[in-house]
Formats: sequence, structure tokens, C-alpha cells
Amino acid sequence: MIKHLLSIDQLDREAIVRILDTAESFREVGTRVIKKVPALRGRTVVNLFYENSTRTRISFEIAAKRLSADVINFATAGSSVAKGESLKDTALTLQAMGADAIVIRHSSSGAPLTLSRWVTASVLNAGDGTHEHPTQALLDLFTIREHFASFEGLRVAVVGDVRHSRVARSLTLGVARVGGQVTLVGPPTLIPPEAPAWGAEVSYDLDAVLPKADVCYMLRVQRERQRQQFFPSIREYSRLWGLSRARVDALPDGALIMHPGPMNRGVEIASDVADLPRSVITDQVTNGIAVRMSLLYLMLGGARVANHVLAADAEGAPGE
Amino acid sequence: MLFRGARLIDPASNHRDRTDVLVEDEEVGGVGPGLSSARAEVIDCDGLVLAPGLVDLHAHLREPGFEHKETVESGSRAAAAGGFTAVCAMPNTDPVADNAAVVIEVRNLADKAGLCDVHPAGAITRGLQGETLTDIAEMAEHGVRLFTDDHNCVQSSRVMRLALEYAKAFEVVIAQHAQDASLSEGWQMHEGYYSSLLGLTGAPGEAESIVVARDLALARLTAGRLHVTHVSAADSVRLLRDGRERGIRVSADVTPHHLALTDGDLIGYDTSLRVNPPLRTSEDRDALRAALADGTLDAVATDHAPHAPEEKEQEFDQSPPGTIGLETALAVVLTELVGPGLIELPAAIERLSLGPARILGLDDQGGPVAPGRPANLVVFDPSTEWTVGDRPFQSQARNSAFTGRRLRGCVLHTMLRGRFTVKEGQPTR
Repeated sequence: MIKHLLSIDQLDREAIVRILDTAESFREVGTRVIKKVPALRGRTVVNLFYENSTRTRISFEIAAKRLSADVINFATAGSSVAKGESLKDTALTLQAMGADAIVIRHSSSGAPLTLSRWVTASVLNAGDGTHEHPTQALLDLFTIREHFASFEGLRVAVVGDVRHSRVARSLTLGVARVGGQVTLVGPPTLIPPEAPAWGAEVSYDLDAVLPKADVCYMLRVQRERQRQQFFPSIREYSRLWGLSRARVDALPDGALIMHPGPMNRGVEIASDVADLPRSVITDQVTNGIAVRMSLLYLMLGGARVANHVLAADAEGAPGE
Repeated sequence: MLFRGARLIDPASNHRDRTDVLVEDEEVGGVGPGLSSARAEVIDCDGLVLAPGLVDLHAHLREPGFEHKETVESGSRAAAAGGFTAVCAMPNTDPVADNAAVVIEVRNLADKAGLCDVHPAGAITRGLQGETLTDIAEMAEHGVRLFTDDHNCVQSSRVMRLALEYAKAFEVVIAQHAQDASLSEGWQMHEGYYSSLLGLTGAPGEAESIVVARDLALARLTAGRLHVTHVSAADSVRLLRDGRERGIRVSADVTPHHLALTDGDLIGYDTSLRVNPPLRTSEDRDALRAALADGTLDAVATDHAPHAPEEKEQEFDQSPPGTIGLETALAVVLTELVGPGLIELPAAIERLSLGPARILGLDDQGGPVAPGRPANLVVFDPSTEWTVGDRPFQSQARNSAFTGRRLRGCVLHTMLRGRFTVKEGQPTR
């Protein structure tokens, strides 16, 4: 298994399938009364969050705790970082304290890669700038797999602010890696002209794409982008690229609606659309825990020390 | 001092053959085969190249104000180690070199170090703010030949027009780091495939070429003398070539890193490759190489930009742009351009010595290597290979874009007015 998870691009198809298969068995742990296995007992996982995050940080924290790891949450506000400590010195400090894994969220693209050069702990990218969010892509693939027999030929429309979205980058590369086809949809100002080189198709016309989509994946649109003039008004954006109730009807039967959260209800997604049965947004959150458990378990070598414990504990435990 | 059996590459005299060069006191005493002198120390230069000392149009020596990055002394030592006998020091110091007092201070510091002639550039506008012209005449009286706001590209067309116009009275050159501010806002690298993949904010090549086009128009309007520094985009090259053909008084330089590297090299978020202007595509790089060979670009300039380790060992977008370059410039040109046959050695030497000396109007630099001329010389071994970073830099900084790369060509001796500043690869002071 990989030492660090910095980009979805590091994973080949087999590795992705293995992570998802392992997550499958961990999801069951979350349904038990006692939601805990001893796989990472005695290991230390540090959540190093330079950027505010609720769901990703909590998801990683729950994942590590369900594996019995010790979890330290290091939020930069009020910390040594607020006193001006550099990323390098923070990294060396965590290293000296014996962290086995560092989960990092950072506003600077590439910060996890830079961090990985300074520490021996495994580094997990929990979102870096406008670069990547690989665990999000994996949990999205996991969620899609619950509904479709195969990724082969699967058509995923990713709609919105692709230019500034780390989710879009990871998801596009991930879907392509497992055999699906991504169409990026949004205003031309928010789709990099180089996106076809990522292996995606590009369209500016959401209505033309929806009838052919198996998954309609809506990206969060920050209001700041309107102030930066990437589009003229929220109203116009919403009218052209928002997922309204009427547009949902254009989707094929069985097509999923997804969103990485947090949602801007009424902007990129109509409120009642978010709550439709075919919307799997809360499933994404639930699955995030299982996928992150799978990654921590595989990357920290939990498979070696704890396989027998898990196998004795539950049916269908992950195997090596 | 007698340099025996060197291949003398002297663009000013078109010399390119094996010969002896005698140095007497501060001057060249003689050039020709079979020279001898009873009292001269003889240096065997078999297999070595002797050339006029190199001249750099664009170096940040950081003093006064940023001595934690570099000083005039350490920068001069790096220059000498790279074979340079003259450098033009950029004005973005603290205080800014926008008045004669700072110019005099930098010159004094350089004289005290005595390792390399330092020609301070003056700011075009006060505080590099792009609004009010500096006292250009007073600085020109103190020997300033080149004025630039460097990385604060003069945005106002009116201010740039007036600078080009006013400077005509003093035969000085107005140099521009061409970069449209609004089109490059928040930039971290070149805008293209790699910026889209790395999630880094890009500045397109057009942020440069738009300003080059404007400044060429202003140079034509004013008949002023324009220099475009560290050209990075293919489209700028096209505009410069066209401008020259139309008789506009324009010169231009390019850095070794833009000649050698591309935006694809940023894949590992290495902050020493974060430079301003950014590394661009291989098409841009190839256009720059061709333009240097055909003379559209007059000079190679290092844009030597030293930073302290803790400034570069940061997140990519938080690290300041710049790479050091004085100690690698010659070897990069030899390795990346002369080696593959993209430019002939004499032309490469011309772009590193005579070309920039002419732009600065330095009569004592860039050759010819001839009797009675000041003995500003470099001797290098064109074939020795070395790995950048294996031996310590003479610069106080170590943020080199070329660290870890194998380069061919090694400076052995640098001589400033008949005195060694570097001998056997080691600075003499």
C-alpha cells in the first residue's frame, strides 16, 4: 500500500478497488452498537487542520477512533502556528511526538506533498488548496458503487466551479482511473481550458448533459466567485447551472444526485432536490468514515497486526 | 600573468582560436601565440576557454535592508565565482535605490568587497510605486545606466511614456519587467495544463506580452530606449522581433532558468522553481532559445534572487519567488544550449559579456581582449561536469532552481582589472 495519500493519481485501479472493498467491511462496524475495532490500538493519528472544516475533520476523527487509534486534533487557531510557527517546524514537532499518521487540510496547494518530505509519518491529504481532495473522491466512488454494478462506461456530470475545486480534480481523475467518463459542466470562466487533458469532456450546457448522466455531481459555488466576476450574478448562475426540480426530471431513472457539502441550498442545488430519495448526499457522509477507516488501516499497516482481531470480530473482515 | 594556450573566445575582436594572453598590472599586455615574459607567472590553460569577464544585467544583491538574504559582498563573491566581473544590482532594497544616496552606498559596499564591479540600477519611480518619477538625472550623474522598477512593473502607460521620454536626455535605458498586474493577480505559476493539474493560480504568457506590446508602442512614440528584462513568453519574442525590424530602440534579456526549465518541472511543488516571471511551456522555452541564438534577445541575465532558507522552506504559495543564478549561469548556458548545438560558443559568450556590457554602456567590460584594455577575464573548463549543490554556494543563499542537476562547465579563474577574484575555483577574498 502507498505510504502517503497526496493525490488520487497515485492509485491504480486495483488499489482503488482494494480501498473500497476494505471500506465495505468497515462500514459494517459503523452499524454495530459498539462501533470500534482494535486495529490501530496504540497508533497516533494527528488531524492537522490549517483550514476550517467540520465534516472532513470529524469524519477522520471518528474513523481513527473506531480503529482505536489515539487522535489528536491540531487546529491552527490558538496554536503555535498562530504564533508564527512554520509548517516545517510544526511537522518536525509532530514527528518528534511520535505521530504515525498526519491528516492535513491546508489552503496551499501542494502543502501535503511538502509536508511528506519532512516527516516519516504517513501523510493523508484531507484537501489542499485548489489541488486535490483524494479521500472525498474515494468516498464518492464508494457511494456510486453502492448503486451501480460497474464503473465501466459510467457517465458522471460534475457541475459548477471546477476551476477552484479540489473535489472536481480528484473525482475526475478517480472516475477516469476506474473506467468511467466525466463531463465537466459550468460557465467557461470556471472550467480550465486544459480540463480535457485531465481526461474529461467539457460542456457549458447543463440541460444537454443531464439526460445522459448516471451521476449528477454538484459542486459548491462560493459567493466570492461572483464578487471576483467569474459570473455576473448568483441569479444567472443558478438559472443556468443550478440543479432545479425541473432539471432533475431530465435525469435518467436511477441517476444519482451528489454533493460534497457544505451545500448552498438555492444556489447550485434547489432545497427540495437535495432532499430527494435519489440524492445520496448523507450517504456520502456516512461512507466517508468507512473509506477513511480503510485508508488509515491499509496505510498504517493495521492489516499486519490486527487482521486476526478483526477477522474474529466480524464476518467479511478485510483480508490482505 | 601569462595565460598559456587558452582558446580565446572574444566576441568583440571575433577571436576564437588558441593563443596566449599576457596580463600586465591592470591591463592586457599582449595577445598572440608564443608570448613569454620573464617576470610573469604562467598559468597553463590547455583545454580551457578564456573570455571577457561575464556581465549580468539583473541581480538582486539585497543590500541595504535584506542582509539576511544576501549582501553586496556575498553577492559579489557569488558573481566572481560564476565568472562575472560586472553586475547590475536591482533597486528593490530597503531603502529603495530611488535616490543617489542609496546608489552611492551600494557602490561603496561593492568597492569595499572588491570582487566584482557593481552597477546599481535606479528605480524609475519613487518607492517603486509606479507613480512619481525619481531624480533620474542625479542618479545618472552618479553612474546609473539602467532604471527599472523590476518586479513592480510600471502599470501606468503615462508614467512609462514619460520615463522613456525623460531618460532620453541622459542616454540611460528604461528596463521593464513586463507583467500586467490585473491579469496576473495572485499568480503562483504559468497558467496552463500544469497549473490546472496542480491547483495553482496561473498567470498567462499574455500578462507579459501585453505589456511588451504596449512598451514597444511607447518606445516608438517617444523614440526612447527600452529594455525588456527576463523575457519568458514566446509571444513576447515575436513582438520584440517585430519591433526590432521596425527600428524601435529595444533590447532584451532572458534568464538561464527560462532557457532551461519549464512549468512541467513544478510537479513536485519545489519552491526553488517558483520564479517571477514563472517558468513557462516547452514551446516558450524553445522560442527563447531560438531568439537568443538569432540575437532577438541580446543578453543572458541571471535574475539572481537569493532568499533565506526559512523563506523558501514554506508552502509553495507562501514562498517568495526567485532562484539564485550567478554561480550556475555559464554552466547552464553551456549545458543546455551550447552542448546540444542550439547556439555556438562565441555567440553564447557574447550574450553573457559583450551584449549586456553594451546595454549598460560599459566600455571597460565585455572585451575586446586586446593590449591596453582592462584585464577583466574569465577562464573556464568547458568539459568538467559537476552537480549543483554538491559544493557550497558562495552566495549566502542556496535557493537554486538547478540543485541536484548535472551541469557541464566550470569557472576556474576570474580576473578583475588584472587581479584574481577567483583562482583555481576559489574566491581570493
